[in-house]
Amino acid sequence: MKELSVNHLLGIKYINKNDIDLIFETADHFKEVINRPIKKVPSLRDITIANIFFENSTRTKLSFELAQKRLSADVISFSAAQSSVKKGETLIDTVNNILSMKVDMVVMRHSNPGAAYFLSKNVKASIINAGDGAHEHPTQALLDSYSIREKLGDVAGKKVVIVGDILHSRVALSNIYALQMQGAEVKVCGPKTLIPKHIESLGVQVEPNLRKALEWCDVANMLRVQNERMDVNFFPSTREYAQQYGVDKALLDSLDKEIVIMHPGPINRGVEITSDVADSQQSVILNQVENGVAIRMAVIYLLASKIQ
Amino acid sequence: MTQKVLLTSKEVNIILHRLACQLIENHLDFSDTILVGIQPRGTFLAERLKTLLETEYKTPEIQLGYLDITFFRDDFRRTEKPLEANKTKINFIVENKKVIFIDDVLFTGRSIRAALTAIQSFGRPSEIELLVLIDRRFSRNLPIQPDYRGRQVDAINDEKVKVNWKENDGEDSVCLITN
Repeated sequence: MKELSVNHLLGIKYINKNDIDLIFETADHFKEVINRPIKKVPSLRDITIANIFFENSTRTKLSFELAQKRLSADVISFSAAQSSVKKGETLIDTVNNILSMKVDMVVMRHSNPGAAYFLSKNVKASIINAGDGAHEHPTQALLDSYSIREKLGDVAGKKVVIVGDILHSRVALSNIYALQMQGAEVKVCGPKTLIPKHIESLGVQVEPNLRKALEWCDVANMLRVQNERMDVNFFPSTREYAQQYGVDKALLDSLDKEIVIMHPGPINRGVEITSDVADSQQSVILNQVENGVAIRMAVIYLLASKIQ
Repeated sequence: MTQKVLLTSKEVNIILHRLACQLIENHLDFSDTILVGIQPRGTFLAERLKTLLETEYKTPEIQLGYLDITFFRDDFRRTEKPLEANKTKINFIVENKKVIFIDDVLFTGRSIRAALTAIQSFGRPSEIELLVLIDRRFSRNLPIQPDYRGRQVDAINDEKVKVNWKENDGEDSVCLITN
């Protein structure tokens, strides 16, 4: 019988290939469930989950909430903007206060890298990292790989290029770990200022030229330019970025093969990709969102089964 | 571990024919009836009955689905071993249809309780019946009884009744396993 090797999902770095396979297999079943006329199963009716978001999020928060509700868990959600965090409460105090209301699982997004790991060492609950600073965003990487597997049959042997703001991106790091674990080849592409130094040490190559990168790859994951994390100018102007690193339909059509376009959202239309690319047949952006619910249901279900 | 054969391949075959006839008696041409095999092991019996009905008894094609009850079980986080899900394949709405649940062994009745909840995700059936190959008497935890039964078996709690199918286990047989 199969179960996850971990009690928390803190990052892709902390899990293994078998865990990913099990999550995907379970997500297949949940994908069938969420396409039923009645999209709900009663598995987690005695589990309470707190969603704690210290950073803004629309998609991830909605996706987690929906996944929890589809599994019949009780859900409390909490945004830092309206909380006592503003009054100076520490992270552990905040979470312990929530846990004393008998919460079994915490889904947390935080601006500090390592926040989820820190929490898992200090509080008694199963922790799911929904993004910690520029560190990891494991469920996003899982749903990205799951979407590649769904579209292309398998992740192993595929060539994936991650384009854009690698430096500030937790999605990039989690994706690199997840894709390599499953046997895909990964390159990154973007302005030099947005590529972390020594990224080659993760086993990825840097390809500064977007056209060459697209010609090489099967899948292009276009990341958002994270203006909110940029305290200095990393490139001269948005227009120049879009010209050099934005994908438009003409560029896609000039390639000699059909590549798959992904984007973790939210899209800056006309910057990373143009509208006609985002809405084209080659884009799996909305599939990613649908798969996100199935993947999160799988992760929550598998972790909940390990709660004593 | 000792193993005692309760039913041989020939006996299983005779029982399958009898169950098929009983189904026809109640459902005639199966126009409003759907067979649902309970995963994982009820699906073999359901497939068998469908083939038998269509080839030997010349019924029109019968709709068949597989229902996985894993996410509807009442022992999530209460058993030692993790629950492993199987595929649900119900490509139709069961609204106002007669549904026949098909499983190999009826023991505590808890799987059927879960199936009764699970099937609601696909509509409101007009009625639900239960067909099992083996009915383990005196072992029910819930007030659930079969409408069609292949054979009643008396087995104590730590004994296990295993139904083998040719397509999966090499031959048709039913065995009583004692640890």
